[in-house]
Amino acid sequence: MGLKIKVSSLWYTTGGVEILKGVNTGVPEGKVTSIVGPSGAGKSTLLRAINRLIEPSDGEVYLDGAPTSEMNPLVLRRRVGMVFQLPALFGATVEEAVLYGAYLAGRSADAARLLEMAGLDASYEDRDLQALSVGQQQRVSIARALALEPEVLLMDEPTSALDEAARRKVEELIRELNHRLGLTIVLVSHALDQVERVADRVVLLAAGRTEGEWSKEEFFSGEGREQAERFVSGRL
Amino acid sequence: MRAGSRRNGSSPEGCSVEGLETVGSALLTLGLVAVAVALSLYERLDLEKDIGIAVVRSFVQLAAVGYAIDYIFGLESLVAVVLLLAGMVGFAAWTSARRARGVLRAFPVAAGAIGVAAVATLGVLLLLGIVPATARYLIPLGGMVIGNAMNTASLTLARVRDDVAEQRLKVEAALALGATSRQAVSPILKTALRNAMIPLIDSTKTTGIIFLPGAMVGMIIAGADPLEAARLQIVVLYMLLGSVSIAAILVGLLSYRSFFTARHQLKVDLSKG
Repeated sequence: MGLKIKVSSLWYTTGGVEILKGVNTGVPEGKVTSIVGPSGAGKSTLLRAINRLIEPSDGEVYLDGAPTSEMNPLVLRRRVGMVFQLPALFGATVEEAVLYGAYLAGRSADAARLLEMAGLDASYEDRDLQALSVGQQQRVSIARALALEPEVLLMDEPTSALDEAARRKVEELIRELNHRLGLTIVLVSHALDQVERVADRVVLLAAGRTEGEWSKEEFFSGEGREQAERFVSGRL
Repeated sequence: MRAGSRRNGSSPEGCSVEGLETVGSALLTLGLVAVAVALSLYERLDLEKDIGIAVVRSFVQLAAVGYAIDYIFGLESLVAVVLLLAGMVGFAAWTSARRARGVLRAFPVAAGAIGVAAVATLGVLLLLGIVPATARYLIPLGGMVIGNAMNTASLTLARVRDDVAEQRLKVEAALALGATSRQAVSPILKTALRNAMIPLIDSTKTTGIIFLPGAMVGMIIAGADPLEAARLQIVVLYMLLGSVSIAAILVGLLSYRSFFTARHQLKVDLSKG
């Protein structure tokens, strides 16, 4: 299976600080790739550079072999959806929130079906957004991203604000979306137990550089294990 | 509408107010300022210095503008009026831009919005023959338009800047869904425009019931017919509604771009690293 996304010598500098320092990595199509690393490693920055929410200082990100710097950023972001740490929802009801992106793109979408895909039944459609738990709101934000039928879903620590039960549900949902839809997912996470449950591949970032990339098995029990242990013990 | 009728105490050239013929008599009101200073001292509000500065500045500024307007009246030159109004627009834009630190190109944005608001509203009044093209009308009306447009520009610029910073997550979430910069900032712009315009709309609604507006009060005190004063005040209120709307919308539409790149990216870096 080929690379859906290829990141080539990516640099990002802001306010005189180098956040990304020549990152090279790839995201295989149809897999869940987890980006891990200590705080300040550049994980979230890398994610935002992939859908060009920020403009890299140098280097390139390719989607299906095409440079994203030459793409219309609005079209790119519809092809590469994103879920954030906190669900920032728009509208008053769940239905309005789910359909927001589709509405902007001038597309129609079935809110009930999208909610079911995100693990919420259709009865949620008319509910007030404020009446939902943060975990349910995060599922609504996933349904909203799915409404644009993205080819890739970027997830920036989507469970870090959730309790354990809600976290497990979102993890199951990530696996399900990957299996059922064949969706390529890039998951930023700092929790290695989550990575072990969800990811197929692991990319380790430290201080803005790629420390290595492995299959999940290699990372936890093979040649990447030493690096994994250095990361866990805070020696990266 | 033409100059109002004159009553007792008026001169053919202009109105004078009984008891206010000399600077000295005006300065008698400093007694009331002394009350404010005494209250500040008694309650330890630490406002005496500010009150002092306000009194001196207002005296100097109003005396200076009084002499300047008197001089321009004497010139009987429309060019001089236009130059004075342009200077007022420049100073108003500078004041707004100072309130909007962090907004790129705040000065040209504010100058453009205040200038267009002034030209559009005064232009309509002149074209429709509602006021004559004389310094006596253009300078005070222009001052009101520019002053109100400046307040609106300041409020709108500051609000948009603060809300973009506070709601960065929402703006970024909208951009990630393929929203344009304009779409992503649209709820913020709506709130900023509403907040900038509501005070004037509310004061227009309650005018004449809760308070008498400044222009009307000034004309009545100066001896004008109250009905004539009311007619001028109506013109002033509608003119201000128009100018404030124009200034708010232009500032909103021109300022939001400074927070985004041409590729619909927030300039403020939100990355956690």
